[in-house]
Amino acid sequence: MTIEPLGDTALLIRLGERIDSDLNARALAIAEALRAAALPGVSNVAPSYASVCLRYDPAAWTNSRDAQAPYDGIAARVAEIATKASGGTTGITLPPVEIPVCYGAEYGPDLAEVARLSGLPENEVMARHGAAEYRVAMLGFAPGFPYLLGLDFALHTPRRAHPRTRVPAGSVAIGGAQTGIYPRELPGGWQIIGRTPLGLFDAAREPPALLTPGQRVRFRAIDAGEFEQLLR
Amino acid sequence: MSIEILAPGLLTTVQDGGRLGYAAIGVGAGGAMDGVALRLANILVGNVDNAAALEITLRGPRLRFRDDSLIAITGADIDARSDALQVPTWRPVWMRAGAELAVGNIRSGARCYLAVAGGIDVPMVLGSRSVDVNTRVGGRPLVAGDILPATPTAFPVPASSAFVAAKWSLDPAPWFDHDCAQPLALTPGTHFSDLDDGAHAALFNTAFRISADSNRVGYRLEGTPLRLRKPLELVSAGIVPGTIQLPPNGAPIVLMAEAPTTGGYPRIAHVIATDLPRLAQHKPGDSLRFTQVSLGAAQKRYLEREQALARIANTVSERLHDPL
Repeated sequence: MTIEPLGDTALLIRLGERIDSDLNARALAIAEALRAAALPGVSNVAPSYASVCLRYDPAAWTNSRDAQAPYDGIAARVAEIATKASGGTTGITLPPVEIPVCYGAEYGPDLAEVARLSGLPENEVMARHGAAEYRVAMLGFAPGFPYLLGLDFALHTPRRAHPRTRVPAGSVAIGGAQTGIYPRELPGGWQIIGRTPLGLFDAAREPPALLTPGQRVRFRAIDAGEFEQLLR
Repeated sequence: MSIEILAPGLLTTVQDGGRLGYAAIGVGAGGAMDGVALRLANILVGNVDNAAALEITLRGPRLRFRDDSLIAITGADIDARSDALQVPTWRPVWMRAGAELAVGNIRSGARCYLAVAGGIDVPMVLGSRSVDVNTRVGGRPLVAGDILPATPTAFPVPASSAFVAAKWSLDPAPWFDHDCAQPLALTPGTHFSDLDDGAHAALFNTAFRISADSNRVGYRLEGTPLRLRKPLELVSAGIVPGTIQLPPNGAPIVLMAEAPTTGGYPRIAHVIATDLPRLAQHKPGDSLRFTQVSLGAAQKRYLEREQALARIANTVSERLHDPL
């Protein structure tokens, strides 16, 4: 574990540089402990795959008795909390969320490409994507965009050579070893295999994001009829 | 109890101190690009310094005040007029009910801030009134016909003029750099030492130009392409406004107010917090240079700035008791 400055008003706790379930579980546990510690001047604590980002106000970490920079004070405190939390597991015990997905055709224009690259028939790609249980590793890129851990190794697929300027809201997609869901229409280079009618993010809703880091996710295949029905 | 938008200008948005606390669900802070100019405008009208105000970009709006209103304009150097008379900036100005304000082109800089006593009272979304232009969290840029709720303020003197300005003002010099000539200070990022020798030299010894596709999310910099010693395999991690990412094409991106919460490119450096407002006053086509400072020096500047702003807030709040 390393703690390093992320500019002069944030710091990063780094656990590694790979997508790994154990590293992510540690990151989630550290983020939870840091949030619970409610350190002065801290405005954001956000876990990623293998790191935790913390934003702080340096003015809350001045100490007139010594000359050390605010960073040194907060980094020492964060190190204590993170070291203690790092061995533990996250206390997040949210029920799994089931996400209905209509795979293929207009809803998943890259299903055929993923099938070709994996050497599996399309229905096997759908079956394998739908059979796994995933965990939300982090949200990022856009409000409510979940990065999911647990993608079947056979479905790891390179990003598209030419990213799309518009990926429809709800698109379920694969980018390398990652799988995620586009919360709204966005540009994107991932392979789109299906689409969910569920709204992943709505700032006016409480909570605004359908998924939170650490949450378990399952997909359920639906047909176009059910998709249109659920959309209404 | 409101302000009517007669014409919106190029890009006029409601901004405050930002949307803090939602990075874990992918919602960035957003808020004013020149956060210091926002705070000074608010201080000049007696608001808390992170209250919601208008951020005006390059070409200003035309507004009508439906009630007597106390306003202040800070930030970029602009031409603001009411009844054909120049409305002075960096000071409190009382606008009479019915008065129109035409904010023209910005003469230097990129953004100015118009604060109204009591703040602009649009609904809060996730703890902030800021409009995130890119993600549309918090609404959208203003259009003609929009009505902004605001608090009326008693007009201090009976007069026939449309507005009355305080005879004193703040000195913009410490807060606004007219010709963008000062280099911007950087602290090293995680992958600073992965830059090759040529990139280290280019970063501090050559100028970069802000590309046309720069906005509130980030500034793309054109110049000598920066290269790494060897390619890095990274997983997405947290980024913040000021972070400089280096995509494979070698053209660095400085993340600005609407920075996404995570990114997967190397983080080569960070523009220090006290220089981000100055960077926000650069526009596409402007050139800039960087210089390196230690984290300790950067945080010292931050604390000094906060002390200076606190002193100004005290002085102004005393003067506002006897305003003119």
